[in-house]
Amino acid sequence: MATKAVRAKKLKVAIRGPGKTAIKLTVNGETHELLIEPRRTLLNALRKDLGLTGTKKACDEGTCGTCTVLLEGKPIYACMALAIECDGKSVETIESLSKDGQLHPIQRAFIAEDALQCGFCTPGQIMSVKALLDENPNPTLDDVKRVLSGNLCRCGAYPKLFQAALRAADLVRTGR
Amino acid sequence: MRTFEHVNAPDVQTAVALLGEASTEAIAGGTDLLGELKARLRSPQRLVNLKTLAGLQEISYSPKAGLRLGALVTLAEIERHPIIQERFPILAQAAASAATPQLRNMGTIGGNLCQKPRCWYYRNKLFECWLKGGDKCFAEDGENKYHAILGADRCHAVHPSDLAPALIALDATLRVVGPDLDGELSLEELYTKPTESRRQMTILGPGELITDIRVPIPKNGSRGVYLKTMERQSWSFALVSVAAQMNFAGERIADARVVLGGVAAIPWRARDSERILIGQRFSEGLAERAVEAAVAGAQPLRDNEYKVSLAKALVKRVIIDLCSTTD
Repeated sequence: MATKAVRAKKLKVAIRGPGKTAIKLTVNGETHELLIEPRRTLLNALRKDLGLTGTKKACDEGTCGTCTVLLEGKPIYACMALAIECDGKSVETIESLSKDGQLHPIQRAFIAEDALQCGFCTPGQIMSVKALLDENPNPTLDDVKRVLSGNLCRCGAYPKLFQAALRAADLVRTGR
Repeated sequence: MRTFEHVNAPDVQTAVALLGEASTEAIAGGTDLLGELKARLRSPQRLVNLKTLAGLQEISYSPKAGLRLGALVTLAEIERHPIIQERFPILAQAAASAATPQLRNMGTIGGNLCQKPRCWYYRNKLFECWLKGGDKCFAEDGENKYHAILGADRCHAVHPSDLAPALIALDATLRVVGPDLDGELSLEELYTKPTESRRQMTILGPGELITDIRVPIPKNGSRGVYLKTMERQSWSFALVSVAAQMNFAGERIADARVVLGGVAAIPWRARDSERILIGQRFSEGLAERAVEAAVAGAQPLRDNEYKVSLAKALVKRVIIDLCSTTD
C-alpha cells in the first residue's frame, strides 16, 4: 500500500477516499456540498445524505429501474452510478416535478389514467417519461414503450402506463 | 461494496500507469463493474475513472477513414447516430438491442466489449468456479440453460456482448494502449477462450486499455443484419444472436462474415458457413449447408439444446434476408 501511494503521488493525480471526500451535486436546481465515501452510490447519496426518498431502491443492481433519475438530462439508474463520479453534475429527481403544490402534468396524467397499483415503481416510470417528453413532445406509442422498457412494473400496469405517458404528452404540448 | 480509493484519470498514459498497480480496476460506465463490486466478486483498493479521459468520447466519420468510436462513446450515442444508422445499421441495431435506455446512457462501447460473463455461477460469490480460480465449472452438470454450445472446455459461460458480434462482422479494429504496447489489433483477436493460465475472455493484460474502435466502410452494396433472440422483448442478454454482413457481385455472394453471440466464450465466427457462402448464388440448399456448418461440432448441455435450433433458425434467416434484399 505504501509503495502504491508513493507511486500514485509521483503521477500527480488526486486520490480520494477510501474515507469521506467532498463533492458538489446539483439536485433539482440546488447545489449541495456532500461528504461521501467513493463507494457511495448516487442513489444512497440522494436518499441518505439528502433525504430525497422519492427515488426508490429495490434491486440495487440495475435490473428494476425504480431508481431512475436524470443525470445531465438523461435517464440513468442511480444505483449503478457512483456519487463521486457525479461531482459537479446536475441531477433531476421525482421531487423536482411538482411546483408550488401543483402536480406536474405527467403526475396528473398518471393519476387520471390510474397508471399504478402499488406505486413503488412510479417515480422511476415518471422520470423515464419526463426524459422522453423533454426530448420529444410528440411521442408515438412505440416511443413510449421503448423509453419505459427499462422500468419494471411487477403489478403489470403497462397498458395504463403507456396511456398515461401519451396523455401526459398531450397535456404538456397543450400547456395544460 | 467494500471501500476503495478513487482517482480520475487525467490522460491515457497516467491511466495505464495507475492500472498497472495491484488491486486496481478501471471504471467507465460502471454498469458491469459495480455489479461485480456489489456482489463482492472482487474488492479492489482503488478505482481509476476513465470517464475523465479527453478525446475518447467522440464518434467521427469520414468517407475515407471510416468510422472511429472513442472507447467512452455510450451505447445510446451509437444507437442514435444518424451515420451509424445509415452506413453501419447492424451496429446501431446491436446497440439498440442491448440492455435498457438507462443502461445504454451509462454503458460505454469499451466496457461493453470487455464485460464479464453473466453466468450465474460466475456472478455468485458462493461458487468458486474455474473461471474465478477454482477447479470446477458448476454449469457443466448444473443449471446450464444459458450456457455455451460451441467450443467450451473448462468454462461454459458465454460472452454476453451484443456489439462484439456486430463489430466483428464489420471487421472492426481496436487501438490498445498498455505499459509496453500501443498498437492495433482486429476485434476478433481481442477474444480468447479462457485457458488454465489465463482465466479470462480477452487477451488484455493489466493496465491495457482499449482507446478507439475503428470500423472500415463496408463495400458498396454490402448489407448487414443483426438478429437477437431474448426471453423477453427487452432488457435481456441474447440467448443466441447473429450478426452478418455480406456483399454481392451480381447475383453471387462476394464476401460474407457471420458471427454468433450467446453460443460460446467468445463471439463465434462461423467461418465454415462463410466459406460455403462465398462465391455462390443463393439457393435453399446453399443456405441449409451454411446453417449446418454454423453449428457443426455443437455440444449442448442438459438444458441448452434449444440454442442449437435457435442458432440454425437465425443463421438461415440472416442468409435469406441478406440474399433476398435488393437495393
